[in-house]
Amino acid sequence: MKFLDSLRFRISILFGRSRMEAEMEEELRLHVQHRADDLERIGLPRAEAERQARIEFGGHVRYKEESREAAGGTLLESVFRDVRHALRLLRKSPGFTAVAVMTLAAAIGANAVVFSALNATLLRPLNVPEPQSLYGLQFGEGVKGAQSYPNYLDFRDRNRCFEGLAAYHMTRVGLDTGKNPTRVWLYEVTGNYFDILKIQPRIGRFFHAADEQGAHSAPYIVLSYGYWHSHFQDDPGAVGRMVEINKRPFTIVGVAPPQFQGTFLLLSPDFFVPIVSLEDADTLNTRAGRWIFETIGHLKPGVTTAQAAADFNSIGDYLQTTYPKENGKMNVSLSRAGLYGETFERPLRAFVAALMLLAGLILLAACANLGSLFAVRAADRSREIAVRLALGSSRVRILRQLFTEALLLSLAGGAVGIFGGAMLLRRLSAWNPFPQFPTNVPLNPDANVYAVAALLAFISGILFGAVPVRQVMRSDPYDIIKSGSLAKLGRRITLREILLAVQIAICAVLVTSSLVAVRGLLRSLHSDFGFEPENVLLADTDLDMAGYEGEAVPAMQKRMLEAMRTIPGVASVALTNCAPLSSCGRLSMTSVYTDETSDLRPSTVAASPLQFQISPEFFAVAEMPVLAGRIFTPHDDKNAPLVAVINQVFAREVFGSSAKALGRYFKVSNGTRLQIVGIAKDGKYKSLADDSQSVMFLPILQAPTSASSLMLRSKSDPQRLAAAVRSRLQDLDVGMPVFIQTWPDALNRVLFGSRLATVALGVLGALGAILSMTGIFGMAAYSVSKRLRELGIRVALGARRNEVLQAALGRAIKLLAFASTAGLLLGILASRLLAAMVYQATPRDPLVLAGVVLAMASIGVLATWIPAQRALSIDPARLLREE
Amino acid sequence: MSEQAQLLPGTLDLLILRAVSLGPLHGYGILLRIGQISGDALLIEQGALYPGLFRLVRQGLLKASWGTSDNNRRAKFYELTGAGRKRLRQETDNWNRLVSAIAAALGTQPEEV
Repeated sequence: MKFLDSLRFRISILFGRSRMEAEMEEELRLHVQHRADDLERIGLPRAEAERQARIEFGGHVRYKEESREAAGGTLLESVFRDVRHALRLLRKSPGFTAVAVMTLAAAIGANAVVFSALNATLLRPLNVPEPQSLYGLQFGEGVKGAQSYPNYLDFRDRNRCFEGLAAYHMTRVGLDTGKNPTRVWLYEVTGNYFDILKIQPRIGRFFHAADEQGAHSAPYIVLSYGYWHSHFQDDPGAVGRMVEINKRPFTIVGVAPPQFQGTFLLLSPDFFVPIVSLEDADTLNTRAGRWIFETIGHLKPGVTTAQAAADFNSIGDYLQTTYPKENGKMNVSLSRAGLYGETFERPLRAFVAALMLLAGLILLAACANLGSLFAVRAADRSREIAVRLALGSSRVRILRQLFTEALLLSLAGGAVGIFGGAMLLRRLSAWNPFPQFPTNVPLNPDANVYAVAALLAFISGILFGAVPVRQVMRSDPYDIIKSGSLAKLGRRITLREILLAVQIAICAVLVTSSLVAVRGLLRSLHSDFGFEPENVLLADTDLDMAGYEGEAVPAMQKRMLEAMRTIPGVASVALTNCAPLSSCGRLSMTSVYTDETSDLRPSTVAASPLQFQISPEFFAVAEMPVLAGRIFTPHDDKNAPLVAVINQVFAREVFGSSAKALGRYFKVSNGTRLQIVGIAKDGKYKSLADDSQSVMFLPILQAPTSASSLMLRSKSDPQRLAAAVRSRLQDLDVGMPVFIQTWPDALNRVLFGSRLATVALGVLGALGAILSMTGIFGMAAYSVSKRLRELGIRVALGARRNEVLQAALGRAIKLLAFASTAGLLLGILASRLLAAMVYQATPRDPLVLAGVVLAMASIGVLATWIPAQRALSIDPARLLREE
Repeated sequence: MSEQAQLLPGTLDLLILRAVSLGPLHGYGILLRIGQISGDALLIEQGALYPGLFRLVRQGLLKASWGTSDNNRRAKFYELTGAGRKRLRQETDNWNRLVSAIAAALGTQPEEV
């Protein structure tokens, strides 16, 4: 009861602050009036009586202050007072405040972004029940998780340690819902997929194992929630509708729940269909050729992963002995589902761990730098602190005030950081560098991220706020007022300076690397690809998705080529399975053997060239030079002898030289012989790093494929042809999905890796610059502050401005110059590594050197600006008076 | 005036409680009452009264309410709460014990040791 009363009283004090203040004022005023009344009564005139009463009352302000203290005095209240005090101090030094908040925002923002990457990829499990017992199978060699369908069936039926085994595979198909045919990503899944994952449909139903009745049975679609939302506007009537996938009819049976986005984090599908509905009997019955992406299931309770692996290995051994031609040794292991085990999870884990470490170091460096700034502030305020100590203020109270200031700064920095970070994350999540692939890693910050950011802000506030503690605890008010400063003059190199030098050096390394990367990137945009991408439009389609098979494919391709030729503005047209450097995802290596080889085994492979299947016009449209021999003609068809054009690398690898290769034969893996009729100049095919990639070109009529990429060389801006190309193709077949882009645009995507590396280096460089700036600022400010009196005397004795500056900032500038030079040299060395990521990156570039020097110099100028102003504005007269 | 005694630290609160125990008073009235009951023997700067008053209110020993004084002015009147009355009794006992102990100590003759 008493406690409640006192609580209510305190709260009313807190909120009724101004009312109480007014009452207190009134009460004291009335006291004086009462006293004046009495004095008047004994004969004083009123004015005189009031004057006398005021004198007798004593220090009005002091007693009011003490009364307030006596009445209020709650912890919350004094915290409020500390906060007000700290805000006032921070407002008085906007430069310091801005630098501190900016540094913290950068450091905490970086941590928040990295942590949400960690959160999104590694911490957040798949959104399914019991994710901790869900495992994927990894098989020893080759494509780690993949398996053939018959092998999957054996694993499913013979294992005794999983509750059940499902498999899924990602593929792209043409979907026709009656309007606009599009290319979409889906998961082909086994019938038991949803049951094994223990999830329930949002609406409608899922398909089940019982629906599977051999090839092309169970033509059912389960939509992902996202696709249902965006393409069917949440219409419950979508269930039961018929749509066409690759021209075959399917029924939508249900919609998956919103939180379920597939079982592979890096690719969320638009919908799910049974494997058996899409694949033909041939594919389903072939035991060789592991193609199904991943096999997953829940471990039975009480079974360890080691036991399960042993169980699967014995099945693997059985499969190997029973089908020795199709199966090799399988070293089965289990990995957490969602990230595809070693292929993605391990490198991702390493990458994210490295990033976390880096971000942590950045935050620590920021705290160290801010700590020294804080020490400067405490030193600057040593007189104030000394006076307060002398007047009986407790050290705890002064420290509390310093900490309040540090925490205010760190929370402000944290708030700015998380705000910036969240904006960045939102853009990163929405950003999709490859429109063909729905990479969906939801990076949006959740409560965890905000909590971590707040915690980090708090911890860093405590960390850098603690730096001046010793200084304050040790300080003796008598000494300070006598000598004027908390700081001791010292000439030796301190740990703090070494740390700062390291930071500046690292910053210089990063600045150097990012400039090298930018220059390399710019140069690689204009390098020699071995073909000319300008003015070429690519229209990519897969006739497979539009339902063409066998003889219908070349016939349709011929009609497509003819239709394109009639478009005004088109200079020439060619057809290929994939345009070089277009990230079509279809280029694969094939094994070739010398003509003399009769035993076609992995050990006798002569080369592994990429295979292009092209129409005769390809070399002309791509402007890819053929150095020797001939190009294809329309007569190189099924009935003619099989021919190939190879590139120089191929010729050198297999025959020793281009001259020796021309006219010779080689074998492909099924034993067919091909004659080399031409040698094409080397170029870039899959990535810009291709310098020694062997390639063979085959006539599309002799090596038919449904993958059809039209290449149109335009007389002007190729983008203008896009609409006409689309409508001509629609005229030929309404149900054919097409992806149109210019070749230079496609090229940009190939540069994605280099771009990402460049941006990452740039961001790190900027963070490094901010940190160095804070550090130098701190050091310069410290140096100016502790030598203020000396500088004042120098000014009084007639020192010129540059002499003052040199005395004040010389050491900081020297440190900057030394560390920057070291960093620049290191950066030049590091750029050799960079050449691996960014094509044509070279540090031997005067522009880069000039850029680094300029950048570091600007950092120096910016960082020393405020201290320099302070040093220059020293007024010796005032200074001496104060001291 | 010169023979007025300095107040010992901590004794002002006790004096306030005692003054108010005789009936509700406003601040100036408390000072007058203290002067009256102590025979004007104590030196108190008038303003020094108020921090003490607010402290006692906060400790729940006094309660305050606005009213009208004899001078026909508005004034804030203080009176003892139950807790205040109890505290006054305790403090008075303590004080008396202290005083008699000090007095005994001071009154001790050398031969008595």
